[in-house]
Amino acid sequence: MNRINQKLQEDKKLLSIYFTAGYPNLDDTASIIQDLEKSGVDMIEIGLPFSDPLADGPTIQASSTTALKNGMTTEKLFEQIKDIRKSVSIPLIIMGYFNPVLQYGVEDFCKKCQEIGIDGLILPDLPVNVYAEEYKAIFEKYGLINVFLITPQTSDERIRYIDSVSDGFIYMVSSTSTTGAKSGFGLEQSDYFKRIATMNLNNPQIVGFGISNNETFTQATQYAKGAIIGSAFIKHLTNEGIDRLDRFVNEII
Amino acid sequence: MTYNINNKGYYGEFGGAFIPEMLYPNVEELRQNYLKVMAEPDFQEEFNQLLKDYVGRPSPLYFAKRLSEKYNTKVYLKREDLNHTGAHKVNNTIGQILMAKRLGKTRIIAETGAGQHGVATATVCALMGLECIVYMGEIDIARQAPNVARMKMLGAEVRPALSGSRTLKDATNEAIRDWINNPVDTHYIIGSAIGPHPYPDMVTRFQSVISEEIKWQLKEHEGRENPDYVVACIGGGSNAAGTYYHFLDNEAVGIIAVEAAGKGIDSGESAATSVLGKEGIIHGCKTLLMQTNDGQITEPYSISAGLDYPGVGPLHSHLYKSGRGEFYSATDDEAMTAGLELAQLEGIIPAIETSHALAIFSHKTFKPNDVVVISLSGRGDKDLQNYIDYFKL
Repeated sequence: MNRINQKLQEDKKLLSIYFTAGYPNLDDTASIIQDLEKSGVDMIEIGLPFSDPLADGPTIQASSTTALKNGMTTEKLFEQIKDIRKSVSIPLIIMGYFNPVLQYGVEDFCKKCQEIGIDGLILPDLPVNVYAEEYKAIFEKYGLINVFLITPQTSDERIRYIDSVSDGFIYMVSSTSTTGAKSGFGLEQSDYFKRIATMNLNNPQIVGFGISNNETFTQATQYAKGAIIGSAFIKHLTNEGIDRLDRFVNEII
Repeated sequence: MTYNINNKGYYGEFGGAFIPEMLYPNVEELRQNYLKVMAEPDFQEEFNQLLKDYVGRPSPLYFAKRLSEKYNTKVYLKREDLNHTGAHKVNNTIGQILMAKRLGKTRIIAETGAGQHGVATATVCALMGLECIVYMGEIDIARQAPNVARMKMLGAEVRPALSGSRTLKDATNEAIRDWINNPVDTHYIIGSAIGPHPYPDMVTRFQSVISEEIKWQLKEHEGRENPDYVVACIGGGSNAAGTYYHFLDNEAVGIIAVEAAGKGIDSGESAATSVLGKEGIIHGCKTLLMQTNDGQITEPYSISAGLDYPGVGPLHSHLYKSGRGEFYSATDDEAMTAGLELAQLEGIIPAIETSHALAIFSHKTFKPNDVVVISLSGRGDKDLQNYIDYFKL
C-alpha cells in the first residue's frame, strides 16, 4: 500500500509541511526532510521551484526565485533525495507546476519518483480532466498518487468528479486566494468545511492555505483529516534558519 | 483542414486550459458563455456601434504607393494605428468589457507591457464606469511613463508587478493572482491571443474585425477579396490573429508572421519564440515558449515592449508547426530602419511593434503583381523617445 494511504488510516489529525527545495540554501533539502520527520510531521510536500508560480503568494514566490538562483533544477532535486528512503519513512509528495514535469518527460518523471520512493504529486495547473485522459495510467503504473485541489468555489458536481478521479486525499484550499494571502478562518470557511464534511467523499480531505499556528490547525482539522502549512514554514526558515525546525512544529501540534 | 480552434479548445496540439482549480469557475463560466453572448443581437449591435462611433472603424485599407514602388509589389496597409487609443488593442477591450458587463462583473483587471493594452482597458472601463486595475512590471512603469499617466488620467489604478523580471510576463502572473483572489466580481481582460481557453479564441474573434474589413475593402480596391499575403508582427499575437482570421482556411492566401529577433536570434537577447521556443505551458495554455531545458520560463528581449513576451498564442504555434504560416524574425536594427522608411516614404510613423512587420521586405521578395496586406497595428507616438534615442534625432 502507498505510504499516503497508510498514513491516512492512522487515527489522528495529520500535519503536512510544504517547503521549497533549494531554499534557503541549495543543499538543505535532505536535512529539512529528516528534521521535519524527527519533529513529528506526518507528511511532507517537497516544492519543485518554478519561475512563474501562478497559485502562490509572495512568500513562496520569493523562496522559489531564491531556490532557482541557488541552482535548483529537477535533476538536482532527484540527486539530493536519491537516498532519502534510507532515513525517512513518512509519505513524501513533490509539489510543483506542470511545465517542469512536462519538460522532464511525464513518464520519466514518474519513474524517477518511484525509484526514489516519492508517494505522490501535486501539480495545481494540471487539470483533472487532462490527467484523467492522458496521464492517470502513467501515474498508476509507477504507484504515484496525484492530489487535486478544491476551493470554496468548486461546485458539488465537480467535487464529486474530482473525488472519483482521486485515490488518496483531496487538497482542500481553505479560501479563494493564493498561498499565504490570508490568515485565520471566518464563517465562510467553517460553512465550507462543514459542507464538504457532509458530502461523505471517498477521499479524506486535507486543508491548505491560511494555516499558520495551532489555532488555525485545530480549526482546519475539526472536520478534515489534516492540514498543510506552507508559507508560515517558509517564513520560519527565512527568519530562524534550518536548525530548530522542531520549535516550529511544536507550536502547531 | 481547418486552422481554427476545435471543440476542446485546441489548435492542433496547442491550447487548452492548464489552470489551477482556483481559476476553474471563472474560466469555465467564460467558456460556457462567450460564444452565446457574442452571438446575441444586442451584443453585436452594441459592439459594432462602439467600433464605428467610438473607435472610428472601419479603419482604412490604404494603398502605399511609394512603398509599393520601392519594393516592386502592391502593398496595402491596414490602418489600425488610426483607431482610438492608437492601436488594434481597443477592438478586443471593447468586446471584453461588453462581455464582462453581461456576465455581471463589476471589477476589471488587465496586464500590460508597453501600456497599450492597459490604456485600451482603462479607456473602456472609463466608458462603462467600471473599476479598473492594471498590472504592469515595475521596469515597464519606469520606461513607459506617458502610458502610465494616461491610464491614471482615465481613472485606472496601475499596480506594479514586483516579482521576477518585473516586465510583461510578471504583470500577467500578478493579474492571474489577483483573479484567484477575487473570483466572483472580477473579469480579467487579457490583451493578447494567449491564456487558457477560451481566451485565445475570444480575443481572436474580437480582433477578426480586421480581416473582415480587409476582405470588402480589398474588393473595392482590387476587385477581389483575397490578398496574396497577409503580414503581421507577433508578440503574443492578437493583431496577427485578427489579420489572419478570415483567411486561415483559404490556403491561397499566404500567412506571414514577423517575430522580434532582438539583437539577433543567437545573441541570447531575442524574442523569436518560434525559433527559440519549445512546446510547454505558459499562463494557462500549451504553446511554444522560451524556456530552459528544465522548464523554467526565460526572459525574452526586444526593443519593442509589445513583442517582449516569451511565448506566442496557441493559434500561431499551430500555424508555425503545421507550416500554414511563414515565420520570419526581424532584429531591432531591421525594425527601426523599416519604421523610419515608412515615415519617409508614406508619412506614417509606426509603432516599433509594427515596424517589425514592415521589415518583411528585407527577408522576402514579392512578385510585382502580388497583393500584400500589412497590418499597421499601432502608431509610433508612444515610441518617439525610442526613435529619438536610436536615430539621434
